[in-house]
Amino acid sequence: MIEYLSSLPSAVAQGIIWGVMAIGLFITFKILDFADLTVDGSITTGAAVCAMLIVNGCPVAVAMLAAFAAGMLAGLVTGLFHTFMGIPPILSGILTQLILWSVNLKIMGKANQALPARNYFLLVSQLNRTRSILVLAAVVIVLIAILYWFFGTEYGASIRATGCNLHMSRAQGINTAFTKIIALMLSNGIVALAGALLGQYLGMADINMGRGAIVIGLAAIIIGEALFARIARNFAMKLLAVVGGGIIYFFVYQTIVFLGLDTDLLKMLSAVVVAIFLAIPYWKKKYFTFAKTPQASDNLPFASAENPDGEVREEDGDHA
Amino acid sequence: MLELKHVCKTFNPGTINEKAALQDVNLHLNPGDFVTVIGGNGAGKSTMLNMVAGVYPIDSGSVVIDGVDVTRLTEHKRARYIGRVFQDPMMGTAADMEIMENLAIAARRGKRRTLRWGFTSQERTEYREKLASFDLGLEDRLTAKVGLLSGGQRQALTLLMATLQRPKILLLDEHTAALDPKTAAKVLELTDRIVSENALTTLMVTHNMKDAITHGNRLIMMHNGHIIYDVSGEEKKKLTVEALIEKFAQTSGQDFANDRALLS
Repeated sequence: MIEYLSSLPSAVAQGIIWGVMAIGLFITFKILDFADLTVDGSITTGAAVCAMLIVNGCPVAVAMLAAFAAGMLAGLVTGLFHTFMGIPPILSGILTQLILWSVNLKIMGKANQALPARNYFLLVSQLNRTRSILVLAAVVIVLIAILYWFFGTEYGASIRATGCNLHMSRAQGINTAFTKIIALMLSNGIVALAGALLGQYLGMADINMGRGAIVIGLAAIIIGEALFARIARNFAMKLLAVVGGGIIYFFVYQTIVFLGLDTDLLKMLSAVVVAIFLAIPYWKKKYFTFAKTPQASDNLPFASAENPDGEVREEDGDHA
Repeated sequence: MLELKHVCKTFNPGTINEKAALQDVNLHLNPGDFVTVIGGNGAGKSTMLNMVAGVYPIDSGSVVIDGVDVTRLTEHKRARYIGRVFQDPMMGTAADMEIMENLAIAARRGKRRTLRWGFTSQERTEYREKLASFDLGLEDRLTAKVGLLSGGQRQALTLLMATLQRPKILLLDEHTAALDPKTAAKVLELTDRIVSENALTTLMVTHNMKDAITHGNRLIMMHNGHIIYDVSGEEKKKLTVEALIEKFAQTSGQDFANDRALLS
């Protein structure tokens, strides 16, 4: 039991790191409505860039900035695949992910790079969990503050509009190809930053560390949404809920480890849980159409007797 | 204000689905013209509006707005000159965003979007006043998500969004066709008011011939990608639905009665 309790701080630290990654994913998955598989590669890129620079004598702050920039480049590639070359979102991400596999090997020169905290000054490390958690909490607060500001600006609003309605965005003069690229770059920059933190915390960068990252990120988003939906109404709280989701994911993970269940099965379990949660909105629509939420029912000067909801009449358009 | 010269557009060229949607269309709009566009299904009405808006590139010809040749400009670049309301109420607004945010985005059409905050407190007052004049009860719901609004409310909001930045051309693509008759009448009334208050140059596609006659100062009829009838001023005021149907039969050699237009 003591062993279990002593593993919890580590669960919190790793949960926050993956929460940061999930915040990056939130930008593409939730705001842009773009399932971006680049993240499986860009998280490793972040760790690899950060580890190599620190091992070669770079200060940790510079290494992390470089990791962020490398992630943004990865996002740029995916963005160009999608907007300039017309490749569907999922495939664009997969292609960049594959490119990054080679790039990551080239960055490290091998499949694994050790980054021992005893030899270098690191921001976070397993050896000092309390300090790590405090540092990570600060990172999360600063990150959420910056994103809250950015998505409230004129430009941030145009990115949100792009994810919501392409027709409307173009009709309002928004260059939707450009906003998509910016969002993908920002997202992957944050994911790579999470990778840099993860590499420091684990004391190594490994070519396989990003495998299935998107599923863990989605799990964090979904858990956060499910558990904190009532309190997480504004944008900053939603991002905080995502980090909460990441922490809970790793609590569950540690519990499974403690109970002696086969951890090899964890990725499968995560995937199944994510799949079910992704299916819920679809099932709701398909099987529970009668339990419709009272959409647009209050305060309706435009509603009429024939059409109490002021709903759209079905009519085929002039498609010429 | 708007000049279409020899505009041609063929969809799916060289295939079995080839469709010559616009064939050598020429149109000149004076500033302040409010033109209603009628015609059967597939006549090319929506295509003509989409060509003006730049949704697809045209095959040949040119589009000039207020002296600026926009033929090669992309859709988002042309948006600075054009306000649009679509047939589908879902298309003109961002459902997950607040009424306020939608309006603020529209107010910046054609301007550089910076890293300043998305809207100013001055704008909030301005939008509240404008919405209050619509009498839809929206002025107190500025922070409500647009997805919660009815179809009619969304079309009214889209209309306001299209005209917050005074457009050189207002394109209305059957913007009342998806609404019930009572709501449609209210949105049309609002359209008339906004167009005349701002003296907007407007192209309005409609399936309703009565609306086409009672609104605007000029009417054009399209058929098979051609403008087959163009009437304005006193002559338009004297038009009747019957006369229009007869005109259509004469010029197109077809019976309009089969078409949806008569039903509406």
